[in-house]
Amino acid sequence: MTTLTEDTPPAAPAARLNHVSPSRKIKDRAVQGLVYLSFLLALIPLVSVLWTVVGHGIGRLDAQFFQFSMNGVSGKDPGGGAYHAIIGTLEQVAITTVIAVPIAVLTAIYLVEYAGNGRLGKVVSFFVDVMTGIPSIVAGLFVLALWLLTFGFEFSGLAGALALTILMIPTVVRATEEMLKLVPNELREASYALGVPRWRTVTRVVLPTALTGIVTGIMLAVARVMGETAPLLLTIFFTKAINTDPFTGPQGSLPTFIWDQIADPNANAHDRAWTGALVLIAIIMLLNLAARLIARRYRPAAAR
Amino acid sequence: MTSETGVQAQARAAERRPMRDLGTGRFGDKLFEWAARGSGLLVLGIMAAIAIFLIWKAIPALRANEANFFTAETWDPNATPPKFGIAQLAFGTVMSSLIAMLIATPVAIGIALFISFYSSRKVASGLGYVVDLLAAVPSIVYGLWGVSVLVPHMEGISKAINAVLGWIPLFGGDGVGKASIFTAGVVLAIMILPIISSISREVFLQVPRANVEAALALGATRWETIRLAVLPYGRSGMIGAAMLGLGRAMGETIAVALVLTFVPGINIHILQDGGATFASNIANSFSEASETGRGALIASGLVLFVITLLINMAARAVVARRKEFV
Repeated sequence: MTTLTEDTPPAAPAARLNHVSPSRKIKDRAVQGLVYLSFLLALIPLVSVLWTVVGHGIGRLDAQFFQFSMNGVSGKDPGGGAYHAIIGTLEQVAITTVIAVPIAVLTAIYLVEYAGNGRLGKVVSFFVDVMTGIPSIVAGLFVLALWLLTFGFEFSGLAGALALTILMIPTVVRATEEMLKLVPNELREASYALGVPRWRTVTRVVLPTALTGIVTGIMLAVARVMGETAPLLLTIFFTKAINTDPFTGPQGSLPTFIWDQIADPNANAHDRAWTGALVLIAIIMLLNLAARLIARRYRPAAAR
Repeated sequence: MTSETGVQAQARAAERRPMRDLGTGRFGDKLFEWAARGSGLLVLGIMAAIAIFLIWKAIPALRANEANFFTAETWDPNATPPKFGIAQLAFGTVMSSLIAMLIATPVAIGIALFISFYSSRKVASGLGYVVDLLAAVPSIVYGLWGVSVLVPHMEGISKAINAVLGWIPLFGGDGVGKASIFTAGVVLAIMILPIISSISREVFLQVPRANVEAALALGATRWETIRLAVLPYGRSGMIGAAMLGLGRAMGETIAVALVLTFVPGINIHILQDGGATFASNIANSFSEASETGRGALIASGLVLFVITLLINMAARAVVARRKEFV
């Protein structure tokens, strides 16, 4: 590989060993430059997005925004708020979590504790991976086809939560799976040696050990589904009024609130859209941050 | 930190001893095992149900359709008789996602290389977190940002590309616009950066230490080490990552729906305004859709589901195949 040049004095063998021909050095530097550049390139949109959202959104970030709905407020009017949307989003995400987490955690337990190298385990694991790639709008269409068109239910927060459940399950399965695999086998063996039944070993020894990691994974998954818009458009539809009942009738939600306000040509509506985006991003970033802090704080205990 | 791939997790699983026959045969044990297995089966059931119900609800609309579903460019399912085809949607979807993949893959691999080999271990996790933040920004916010910040900036870029590469029909045409398929591709590229780079990073983490050290011991520069020891090892992983990014881009809805302005008909000049994708069309026309219209949208969603499913399965197979050589 190394081409030793003729003119290097033989008296300095160390220098000769370290010698790298200029062309190789240039190539190395050029690639280094490209690699640094690509990282900076990725920072531009991130900074720009956060900058514009904060810059445009701060204007309407007042008490009114959190206290009023859009009922009776038209696009050109100032005022109005996202109270109905925030309520809706919180309720929908709560229902989603309640449905998705038990299914996902049990699936992960099956994959790690029971499936071994069996065929069903491999198939389930593969389809969990494939499921992460389902477009969110397809999840919405599925709930539309099943829940609304086949079973005949109306638009509701619950229908939206069902669509979000499909998007949340694979993320939580993967996160839980990774955490369960980190639990040392010695813990399980010690428990079995004491004659503890398997299911109690899982629920009393394995799950508590991996708990913080699982909670982190769940919070990240919640943050992810919270920003989904497309499936909600098809399943909970849209309303400007406050609807606190997630089981009947269309509900508001932050993403669909933004979608509606940006479609309006008036500047006041756009301001509301930006503030909605700011609130949504703030909630998601807080969830992310909290998840990372929990993970960092408790990692030594979990990995021990 | 990413729970998206499970590349590492599966590699670790291979090392684990199977723990069978550890149950005591008691009622509690059996119940719990069946609950766990049932959840696993439920996941498979959901996947099957998605396919079945989309097909079932699409059939009436497809029967009523007077145009060829695969070749027609019009989307008029609410008219009588309904006429709709997916040609334009398929073109817009494939084009915008391919552009996104071509832009995002080199940058994402650069980021992965930067975090894995060019930054110190302490900084690396923080940088990884910054890239993950890109993934945390919701689609609707990218759409909002795309419409108000990116679209105005894209006019100049599009004009420059048109001036230089205008002899290629794809970039040709007069009256270059801003709300084009190309602009949608750029937004999508930003959105799929994190997934491609996080999977590439996982692959790079698995490169055997010995290979890297051997290359360094031979006096290779950092780039030569990467070229000789890292890239050949991670090639299939990176291909899989790019394909997963492609699948992700195809299903992205809201950002594209906000950026694109709908103009009927396939337009080969991707720098001009107009175009639509499967997903953006569903989001934009759902609220005004009649019963047949909804069926038609479900049919187009079914096509999207099948395409993304195939891409994802192929990508997972590519990523998984590499593990057998480890």
